[in-house]
Amino acid sequence: MSNLVTDTGVVFSRELRPMLRNPFGIVFSMVQPLVFLGLFAPLLPDDLSLQWFVPGIVVMSCLFGTSMTGSNLLFEIQTGSHERMLVTPLRRPALLIGRALKEIVPVIAQAAVIVAICLPFGFELHLGGALLGLVILCVFCLGLGALSYTLALAAKNQEWLFWTVQQTLLFPLLLLAGMLLPVSEGPGWLQTLSTWNPLTYVVDAERALFAGDVWANTTVTGAIAAAGVGAVGLLVGVRAMNRSD
Amino acid sequence: MIETHELTRHFKDVRAVQGIDLTVAPGELVALLGPNGAGKSTTLRMLTTLIAPTSGTARVAGFDVVRHQREVRRRIGYIGQGNGAGHSQRGRDELISQGRAYGMKVVAARRRAAELIDSLGLGEVADRTVSTLSGGQRRRLDIAMGLIHAPELLFLDEPSTGLDPQNRANLQEHILRLRERHETTIVLTTHYLDEADSMAERVIVIDHGRIIADDTPARLKTEHVGDRIILGFDHEVDAAAASARIAHTLRRDGNRLTISVPNAPRLVPDLLEDLRAAGLPAAEVEVRRPTLDDVFLTLTGRSLREGGAAAETTERDNALVEA
Repeated sequence: MSNLVTDTGVVFSRELRPMLRNPFGIVFSMVQPLVFLGLFAPLLPDDLSLQWFVPGIVVMSCLFGTSMTGSNLLFEIQTGSHERMLVTPLRRPALLIGRALKEIVPVIAQAAVIVAICLPFGFELHLGGALLGLVILCVFCLGLGALSYTLALAAKNQEWLFWTVQQTLLFPLLLLAGMLLPVSEGPGWLQTLSTWNPLTYVVDAERALFAGDVWANTTVTGAIAAAGVGAVGLLVGVRAMNRSD
Repeated sequence: MIETHELTRHFKDVRAVQGIDLTVAPGELVALLGPNGAGKSTTLRMLTTLIAPTSGTARVAGFDVVRHQREVRRRIGYIGQGNGAGHSQRGRDELISQGRAYGMKVVAARRRAAELIDSLGLGEVADRTVSTLSGGQRRRLDIAMGLIHAPELLFLDEPSTGLDPQNRANLQEHILRLRERHETTIVLTTHYLDEADSMAERVIVIDHGRIIADDTPARLKTEHVGDRIILGFDHEVDAAAASARIAHTLRRDGNRLTISVPNAPRLVPDLLEDLRAAGLPAAEVEVRRPTLDDVFLTLTGRSLREGGAAAETTERDNALVEA
């Protein structure tokens, strides 16, 4: 008998399959973060190390990929395969949760690629902290992916709407989280805005964890922020999927 | 298999479907025919649980489409207007996950997928990415996906739109064979007149969200239009004299007469003999049998082909006959 878990498994493995069939495709989605890593990292002021910069790039890479993931659903809405799945007995929440869960796989793959690239340049890997950092990042991306799918469901046939919203939100979130340069050097209003950005806490947590600093407050606040985004994303996403026709 | 009562759907200020009462018995092959925007697809989307009716009820495969959506979904197959298979996926993978979606075990889904790939002639392309397949191949893959769980009731929304005549014929053959073998009940929408004519035993004509006719194609044509006989004479006076003799004359244009009768092929021999005996021999004769478009024209005053319906490719061109 099927239940929500097996239904989610069906959707999850369906989503994952094209990626497994073409694992190198993931590198193409990482072009922008890799450009920042190669051309921006050398410009960092002396007091900012690669150790500080790399966790931000890991988050950035996942942020780019995950925020765009709704476009796959958008395409399936346009071609008709989403409709086909809506008529199957698969439970509606599974259609969203299975897709959002899939985001975990590229997150882990991208983090591994970036760390592997940076190791020869003096980046130190603290495995325990990095793994905990990945868990937090996965929870955050689960929610972000769900939100991206929600945006796709809302945009439906207006592809421009999806990309406009995604692009408009992406860079402010990224810059306000201090992903490229520390916000602490900026003016007060920018620092205030930054404290409202859940991504800020995730990035701070990743930096501490990748540096091996597991028992820090930032870990807790980062985990809370990620869990919040995860929960909100799933709630909103499941609601949107239940209403999808 | 299907029973609807006053089925209605409004979209904001558009009354897409206005009170449809429809009964389809097990094993029937029914075509919903109508111009674009007539409400065919909306009706289908309600019957397949994709959208809820504004009012009215529908029972499909024994279950209410609103209260027991999953029970309905388990029992029906649906082949929509678009492509069911994801473009970045491989056909076989999609068939297997479709089987899993219907609760089949992996092994059973794999076996069933192989069976369908074989019977729909998809062997060479099943392991390629869907986006590289031709339109006809993708459509056959859609059919395979709709059949994965061997549904007792199959819905097809505009199954052959966008296919070339050869692929259309091929698809129709598959659908008919499926029905012969498994006695599947089939409901399809189409705006191809010849498709409705040649495939369905029952055609339901829909216009402005209402059923305006429901019968076999043959009876629809006899009852609503009838045949036409067109007689040509050498002289206009002969045509006028013949017109006075024949009870069913519709009109005369110069030396040509148009006659409206229920069964022209049986009537023509006697008619010609009678005219010759009266000294009014016809110089030429033409029999025109009506198409479903003529039926639609008679019922609504509009041609199906006008309202954005796709151009016919194989239909004999009878649209000249005026109502």
